[in-house]
Amino acid sequence: METQFPIKRIIDDEGNVVDASYCEQLHGELAKELYYHMKRIRAFDRKAISLQRQGRLGTYAPMEGQEASQVGSALALGQDDWMFPTYRDHGAKLTFGAPMVETYLYWNGRAEGCVPPVGKNIFPPAVPIATQLPHAAGAAWAEMRKGTRNAAIAYFGDGATSEGDFHEGLNFASVLKAPVLFFNQNNRYAISVPIEKQMNSETIAQKAVAYGMPGVRIDGNDCFSVYFEAKKALEDARNGRGPTLIEAVTWRTGAHTTADDPSKYRPEDQGKEIVDPLVRLERFMKKNSCWDEAWIVEIEALIKAEVETAVEEMESYPKANVEDLFDHVFAKMPTQLAEQKESYLAHLKRG
Amino acid sequence: MANLSYIDAITLAMKEEMERDDRVFILGEDVGLKGGVFKATQGLYDEFGEERVIDAPLAESAIVGVGIGAAMYGLRPIAEMQFADFIMPAVNQIISEASRIRYRSNNDWNCPMVIRAPFGGGVHGALYHSQSVEAVFANQPGLKIVIPSTPYDAKGLLKAAIRDDDPVLFFEHKRAYRLIKGEVPEEDYTIEIGKADVKREGEDLTVITYGLGVHFALQAAERLEKDGISVHVLDLRTIYPLDKEAIIEAAKKTGKVLLVTEDNKEGSVMSEVSAIIAEHALFDLDAPIKRLAGPDVPAMPYAPTMEKFFMINPDKVEVAMRELAAF
Repeated sequence: METQFPIKRIIDDEGNVVDASYCEQLHGELAKELYYHMKRIRAFDRKAISLQRQGRLGTYAPMEGQEASQVGSALALGQDDWMFPTYRDHGAKLTFGAPMVETYLYWNGRAEGCVPPVGKNIFPPAVPIATQLPHAAGAAWAEMRKGTRNAAIAYFGDGATSEGDFHEGLNFASVLKAPVLFFNQNNRYAISVPIEKQMNSETIAQKAVAYGMPGVRIDGNDCFSVYFEAKKALEDARNGRGPTLIEAVTWRTGAHTTADDPSKYRPEDQGKEIVDPLVRLERFMKKNSCWDEAWIVEIEALIKAEVETAVEEMESYPKANVEDLFDHVFAKMPTQLAEQKESYLAHLKRG
Repeated sequence: MANLSYIDAITLAMKEEMERDDRVFILGEDVGLKGGVFKATQGLYDEFGEERVIDAPLAESAIVGVGIGAAMYGLRPIAEMQFADFIMPAVNQIISEASRIRYRSNNDWNCPMVIRAPFGGGVHGALYHSQSVEAVFANQPGLKIVIPSTPYDAKGLLKAAIRDDDPVLFFEHKRAYRLIKGEVPEEDYTIEIGKADVKREGEDLTVITYGLGVHFALQAAERLEKDGISVHVLDLRTIYPLDKEAIIEAAKKTGKVLLVTEDNKEGSVMSEVSAIIAEHALFDLDAPIKRLAGPDVPAMPYAPTMEKFFMINPDKVEVAMRELAAF
């Protein structure tokens, strides 16, 4: 199966172009856009970890190492497409247009952080595993029924492929020819469980065969490969050719969450040979004369300022108001709940 | 006697049962090499190997379903749900299969398995790592639901659950894991499933609760004792099927009843406890039954102010007790 689903890549670890058919499309502007977003979400990510360590942010799920997968796929989307992220895909969300301050607020347990900007179709991150896959099929099918050319991208990890919802979601989308890109980030560990214990299949991409859709295996640390394969799959979806399963093989550099310690279950030297996706793109840019030191300094300052402002805004947010806890359970508040809220407010008045 | 934490008592119960009976095995997510996300299975992978401590694929339905198959075959599986919040994909297997097997096969088959799941809040776990889901399962004949409150009970009840010939859902309060410590005998013992336990004798009012609520009630009872109010505390321990006799006895003893649960108020296990008291002890009551529970909102929020508000604590129990005592 590995030979049937070889890992596709456009640039190698050294930044050399290994698929000449893309030469003309690998222009400096695209490289810079990818680099900027990857740099930006890494800065967000590292700051989040540091805030968590200082007790200024809640438990956080880092995504370092997966920047090429998240940025490449998010940039491939059209403005009106639908995004179904998990709790680790805030890099993709940020790239697609979720504001940084809201994303920090989410990780500080604020309901405000779950609200995407008006006009951005981003579902609230899915925490139970694989539950968002059938949702993506449903939303994409509804777009198709409406006659638009919008598609949906569903993010999920390697562990999610074991859940029933993964299989049910893929099958349903395929039957309906729903315009969905099932975008798998195989970072090789579901918390502590390595991919070899997760499945006895050589690839995740091959699972597409069972559902009658194309399965593509790509190097998830090659941002070009991610970007162009995602574009192609989305284009197929828009043109009525149904869903695609992409397996982006990547690597979670850090822990599952800040509450996890991977040294307990991952060999120390594992993953050491993997070239950082940003370094890889930097090598490509240097080799292709689109590495501009002045521009790098400029974006670094820009990103630093954006992160600092977002953190300041997040921290100056008023404390969560307990009164709000009772709202939005239903469109209309039931009597019992209204009584509970009144009782709380009366309790506040009494001091 | 050793002084153990609640979670250590759980680990010890599994270890002793695995040593005693080689049909006992564990399956769940991250239970092997990592020893579980809460470390409940720590050391067991090293001692018993990967055939008896199975790092399962990420599929709750299959973890329970495979467990059911092995249990019907004659093994004694302990399936771990990483968080009670994530038990939902397995509901079909638990309700439609595990709890129906004995009845639908006319007693020809049975399903002796334990499903362990950490539940409850107060650990900054947010919506999907804080829920109380016991009421979802608490009207399924064929299924037993156990929620221990102390390390002593945790060890004895888990050993009883593993030896039980029917499926047992074993909910462990995750805030209790390292917070609650207590004496645990080194010898082998079990505690009968289906029996509530008086955790404190009292005369003026009765608190009926389970899990972490027991400790909150005991702490609040100490405070009331200083004012001469004597509180009786009944720990349900098994929340399905309920120990009806113990509930009626405890209610009749003082005539004033406070029911405490961390779950949402409407439709909680305490609603059934209240119905039992209303049916059998109404004329022994000196005050209306009082309930203290979480608000009727979907789940515990993560923002600290909101989480604090949602959680039951000794202060809230104390206020409710004093209101009831003054009735």
